[in-house]
Amino acid sequence: MKFQKKIAQTQQTIPTASLPDIIFMLLIFFMVTTVLREVDILVDYTLPEAVSVEKIDNKRLLSYIWIGSDERIQIDDSIIPVDAISNIAYQKRMNNPNIIMSLRIDKGSRMGIVSDVQQELRRADALRINYSALNKL
Amino acid sequence: MFRKRKKPPVEIPTSSMADISFLLLLFFLVTTTIDIDTGIDLVLPPWVENAEQVKVKSDNIANLLVNEVGDVLIDEKIIGIAQIKPEIIARIKANPKLIISYKTVRDTPYNIYIMVMDQLKVAYNELRDEYSREKFGVPAEEASDAQIQELRKEIPQRISLAEPTSAEEG
Repeated sequence: MKFQKKIAQTQQTIPTASLPDIIFMLLIFFMVTTVLREVDILVDYTLPEAVSVEKIDNKRLLSYIWIGSDERIQIDDSIIPVDAISNIAYQKRMNNPNIIMSLRIDKGSRMGIVSDVQQELRRADALRINYSALNKL
Repeated sequence: MFRKRKKPPVEIPTSSMADISFLLLLFFLVTTTIDIDTGIDLVLPPWVENAEQVKVKSDNIANLLVNEVGDVLIDEKIIGIAQIKPEIIARIKANPKLIISYKTVRDTPYNIYIMVMDQLKVAYNELRDEYSREKFGVPAEEASDAQIQELRKEIPQRISLAEPTSAEEG
């Protein structure tokens, strides 16, 4: 008996014509979700944990203040003294009235420095704040 | 006589289109950070020079003091951090107008401050959840926007942050 090689009748190639379109869709999704500007974090911090954390839906309203374990304060790309915060926060609030100041504070910091920063923010009228914390289950 | 030269069909090669978009896609994939920020929301009181003293009936204030080692004092009674939530829930149920005056000392670690703040927030969330289940028949997370507005109105978060004192003063 002779074996005959069977050849499938269906087409063997996968149509690739729509591949660029699919890739473009993915591309557009990532382009829209990307926030390009990332600052270098100069201070060393570990966030505290909390149960009642809320997600911040609008990342574009956020502006960060870091307070490191050595109590240095960073806004944007530079380390600044406490009394400079109110000016910077005021400028930021002028550009974006609904600004939310996100405080990323090391969990070992003292309340003294945290309170000083809050007083400065009150002076600049940047009243919406958010204590950045990790979700503890 | 000029004879029209036969033009080859004009076409842009598109076979590399997929490759180009793949490269772009990879770039954005690498640079994207999808991590969502989480945290505890708070609205600070506005700054006023020489704030006039608003007198609040002392029955309507719960004084919550936290010292530098994490001992909690609520109206002269020492409790643990985990007991704050049931204590606050009971007090607010007894008096819905209760304002919590939260005060720390300058040396209190931020970690403890957040733990206590978390307890307060959880207490308010549970009260809202209870109200929502009773009134709307759904848990607070599933409430509609209008219902959330009502919840916020009915059970407002009255947390007053007092300026921390240094240990010697307190």
